Amino acid sequence: MMIFKSLLAGAAIGLAISTSPMAIAATPDNVLVVAMRIDDITTLDPAESFEFAGGDVSRNVYMKLVNFDPTDLDAGYKPEIAESWTVSDDGTTITFKIKEGLSFHSGNPVTAEDVEFSLQRAVLLNKTPSFILTQFGFSAENVAQTIKADGDTVTITTDQPYATSFVLNCLTATIGGIVDKKTVLAHEVDGDMGNEWLKTNSAGSGAYSVQAWNPSDSVVMTANPDYYRGTPEMTRVIIKHVQESASQRLQLERGDIDVARNLNPEDVAGISSVEGVKVVDELKGRLMYLSLNQQHPVLSKPKVREAFKYLVDYEGMTQSFLKGQYTVHQNFLPQTYLGASSENPFALNLEKAKALLEEAGVDGLELTVGVREAQERLEIAQSFQNNAAAAGIKVNLTVGTGKQILGQYRARELDVYLGAWGPDYPDPHTNAGTFAFNPDNSKEANATGLLAWRNGWDTAGLTEKTAAAVVENDRAVRAKLYDEIQAEFRETSPFIVMAQQIEQNAMNEKVMNFSGGQAITSASYWQVTK
Amino acid sequence: MSEQTLKQWLLSDAPTSRMQARVAGLYQGWLRLTSNWMTLTGLIILTALVLVAVCAPLLAPHDPFEQDLLNRLKPIGYDDHYLGTDSLGRDILSRLIYGSRITLYIVALVTLIAPVVGLLVGTVAGYLGGWTDQILMRTTDVFLAFPRLVLALAFVAALGPGIENAVLAISLTAWPPYARMARAETLTIRSSDFIAAIRLQGAGPLRIITRHIWPLCISSLIVRVTLDMAGIILAAAGLGFLGLGAQPPSPEWGAMISEGRRFILDHWWVATIPGLAIFTVSLAFNLLGDGLRDVLDPKDGGHG
Amino acid sequence: MVSVTSQPEEGRKSAPFPAWLRKFLTTCGSIAATMLGLLLVTFVIGRVMPIDPVLAIVGERASQESYDAVYHQLGLDKPLMVQFFYYLWDVLHGDFGNSLLTARPVSQDIARVFPATMELATLGVVIGMFLGIPMGVLSAVHRGTWIDQTIRVLTLVGYSMPIFWLGMMGLLLFYGILGWVGGPGRLDIFFEGLVPSVTGMVLVDALLAGDMDVFWNGFSHLILPASLLGYYSLAYISRMTRSFMLEQLSAEYITTARVKGLSERQVIWGHAFKNIRVQLVTVVALSYANLLEGSVLTEIIFSWPGIGSYITTALLSADMNAVLGGTVVVGLIFICLNILSDLLYKIFDPRAK
Repeated sequence: MMIFKSLLAGAAIGLAISTSPMAIAATPDNVLVVAMRIDDITTLDPAESFEFAGGDVSRNVYMKLVNFDPTDLDAGYKPEIAESWTVSDDGTTITFKIKEGLSFHSGNPVTAEDVEFSLQRAVLLNKTPSFILTQFGFSAENVAQTIKADGDTVTITTDQPYATSFVLNCLTATIGGIVDKKTVLAHEVDGDMGNEWLKTNSAGSGAYSVQAWNPSDSVVMTANPDYYRGTPEMTRVIIKHVQESASQRLQLERGDIDVARNLNPEDVAGISSVEGVKVVDELKGRLMYLSLNQQHPVLSKPKVREAFKYLVDYEGMTQSFLKGQYTVHQNFLPQTYLGASSENPFALNLEKAKALLEEAGVDGLELTVGVREAQERLEIAQSFQNNAAAAGIKVNLTVGTGKQILGQYRARELDVYLGAWGPDYPDPHTNAGTFAFNPDNSKEANATGLLAWRNGWDTAGLTEKTAAAVVENDRAVRAKLYDEIQAEFRETSPFIVMAQQIEQNAMNEKVMNFSGGQAITSASYWQVTK
Repeated sequence: MSEQTLKQWLLSDAPTSRMQARVAGLYQGWLRLTSNWMTLTGLIILTALVLVAVCAPLLAPHDPFEQDLLNRLKPIGYDDHYLGTDSLGRDILSRLIYGSRITLYIVALVTLIAPVVGLLVGTVAGYLGGWTDQILMRTTDVFLAFPRLVLALAFVAALGPGIENAVLAISLTAWPPYARMARAETLTIRSSDFIAAIRLQGAGPLRIITRHIWPLCISSLIVRVTLDMAGIILAAAGLGFLGLGAQPPSPEWGAMISEGRRFILDHWWVATIPGLAIFTVSLAFNLLGDGLRDVLDPKDGGHG
Repeated sequence: MVSVTSQPEEGRKSAPFPAWLRKFLTTCGSIAATMLGLLLVTFVIGRVMPIDPVLAIVGERASQESYDAVYHQLGLDKPLMVQFFYYLWDVLHGDFGNSLLTARPVSQDIARVFPATMELATLGVVIGMFLGIPMGVLSAVHRGTWIDQTIRVLTLVGYSMPIFWLGMMGLLLFYGILGWVGGPGRLDIFFEGLVPSVTGMVLVDALLAGDMDVFWNGFSHLILPASLLGYYSLAYISRMTRSFMLEQLSAEYITTARVKGLSERQVIWGHAFKNIRVQLVTVVALSYANLLEGSVLTEIIFSWPGIGSYITTALLSADMNAVLGGTVVVGLIFICLNILSDLLYKIFDPRAK
């Protein structure tokens, strides 16, 4: 047995120091094989889908009125199903002209009626992501008037004049996906507008259609030969669920897959020396943060809030276990978002934290930090626990599955929450509207969707400023407003934003033009070649 | 007696007192137990484990919770980190040493719960028979038919993760076999003459069960517990591996493997060392259990 | 150990049914009672769990409104017992409900994941049986010698290994470094979907379709996890075989047979082994049942889409329909295998009569 052990150990060391070239068991030239975690997909219906992996599928299957070009993400949204649009003088009505000659996978033409149906459907189904649309005042009662098709145009009418870019950015989210009305209604059961059927099937007009989705196993997509930008070079895309980073890495090294999307920093470091593999970094929108419950008598003291901002080892973490995958960022708007601030004034400073705590008269504080069972979060939590202990605060970690901890967080039961937040649509309001917006802080309001409410924070006036920023149509002025909100937020809020995610996609070096969607959208595959 | 050495006294074929007979029986059992090198190995390892756990603060070269982000994932033999450091730069050897306490804690708690519950249910069911037996045994069947790890997982999920809850959950899955065993033994003992005699003397069921049936079930129970211990340690490690056992920063071995598995390709020792520790201890329990069975369980054909 | 749960005969005089029918009905009754208990316990666990099934559906961003809608839709506002009876009613009609995570009927999910586990466990138990039984016999025959000790240590090692750790190491060595076996998952990606799924078991389907490439690819993926499980069941099977054999070898008839001048081979295989076959069937069946339910960790390590990981994922996301459905199926199989082995035991073992 011991012989076997030492053999193993020896072999492992051998692997660690060797920089062997990739095995040549390559995947077919016209098939893209991606390994990632897809166990969060619970539905493929664009009106319902709201998770990362589901967003990837949806982006490749459904076209939208306006959309991002993966080869030029910096340009912002561009026309897709909508050829052009006009905004009424009062700023509440946008009229889209629908492009001619587009067709769904079924062969049905894409018409204004389909657009009207898809957007109305998203509002009527009232699933979780529906708030992205209903925040403009659409409701089941008025949707027949507010979203309307007429000939080859679709008109949407909002309850007040919002920044046009805000409205259009929201339409690039997954929920803006346009479905094939005829096909969907053919599968309607008990007036569900095809929801049950669309959960596991697709009826879009995008570059790919879903051939099969096996939950927690794989998604297979087939190219749409009639795609308006031309037939995608990858005729099949296979997304394979592989839980472990090490497994993804081994499979990439052996040439069994083309792209590995969930490698941890150590495996990225390990694989970058392997011949034939490249690692492509993309800044994502996800933020890691700590938040202090303002219902807590001690945590609600301003000095204490400030002290905590000096108890996080921002540099140490992003240089060690988060290395390459997170960058220090202390503002609620992720970098690359309109108005995002890049000021990061805080650093680990135990002396200062201790002094602040002393000024606030804190002694023998004991806190419960809720954190979900994910390795990087556990490490952040333990690092924080360590620093807090040095400042005389005893931190107990409550670890649970996402849903478990989330339930407590939403019920305002945790002292401190360690979590991540990803934007829902590529507009600054997506984060401002939850971090710095809380019109009614009372328990009865039960605004569980707002982060500020969950932490019992009344935002000290930022709510009004956020509301003002979202209707401001001048881009430069809007950016400046957000900058001000962030500056105040940094100092006064009970949120300690720590870092912004960098996605490190490792891939076979033959794979070109792969796009994970950066901070604003999801992955797309039609432009990939190899 | 003064002429005899202690050894002769213990090995005497004709014990002169009850005490001598009993002590001699134990001694001979001990001799048989230790005459087998496998059993002896198991015993030595477990003794060492207890010693390590007791003397943890003396043995550990570092504070098991002390982090050092600059010196993370260092290899075996780096500086004074004899077994390297983990992802947060903590000394693996020290964590291993302190982790032995958790392992012993799990072992002790489960031993206190599962066999006792099983014994209680099994003997009561077996002795009273009838409806009590039916209900108790059907309940046992329900728990037996449950997928073991799923039941444990469900319980931990229900109670919240943590080492005590993990122990409870494991005990919950571990008691049914004991109950079945105790019931089977009770059925044979119940109809024996000496129980009938005691009953005639007017002893109640409670007294008969606790005073006369329990002692007779104990030896096979001990064997079974020792053999099961490895399974229990592995189950606890499995829960730790799934993140439902001991909570960070606790140095529970299963959780250490779970933390280290991310680095398995480049920093293999982080997961391997606690894996070896779990393996060694459960092997020791198995070796000991095997030996104990040979000594205590006559059905299995005597000494080995 | 073999448990023969023989009820003491109460000696009813005028039984309205013949004995075998009564026995049959009693067995059915106890299965039903056990299943009901199983369901009830799972159901209660599911409801007291602090994981919120509603949140599992609506996700982090949900407003209270969409939360309440789903809460009502799931019937969570009804009393627990009412919920349970609704559920029971559906199950009796063969409807396990829909899984929250996969958006499909649970029965359909189970039909997909169960064959995967069965394939794994079957090969595992076959490996365990074909190696474990000869090892156990050998160990008993050469009792006390180095052969016995080597085999015993080897099997004890199998018992003592954290299977998830062994799995990781095995994957690293045989897939990562040596490349002898396939990686995680059931097939290489481009072999997937090449043969129609008839039984859901890749190897069987490949054979039915006559596609040997798929068969060997599937085999290369299956062999490592199955060997791990096989090692584990080998440990159990060989230990039990050894102790059964020891019992037989010390019996008088063996001495008689030896005195009669039968060869050692005839004595061991013709007499002693013949007598333990029935007991072995029980052991193998039990071992099989254990693998079917005990492969959770192996499935997780090897990305094996089986029932163990299905139930575990479902449990952690409060997908209670899936958990209940999976538990019922696994429990039912466990009970059936137990009854089957008890039955075999009663039919074939002369002493049990």
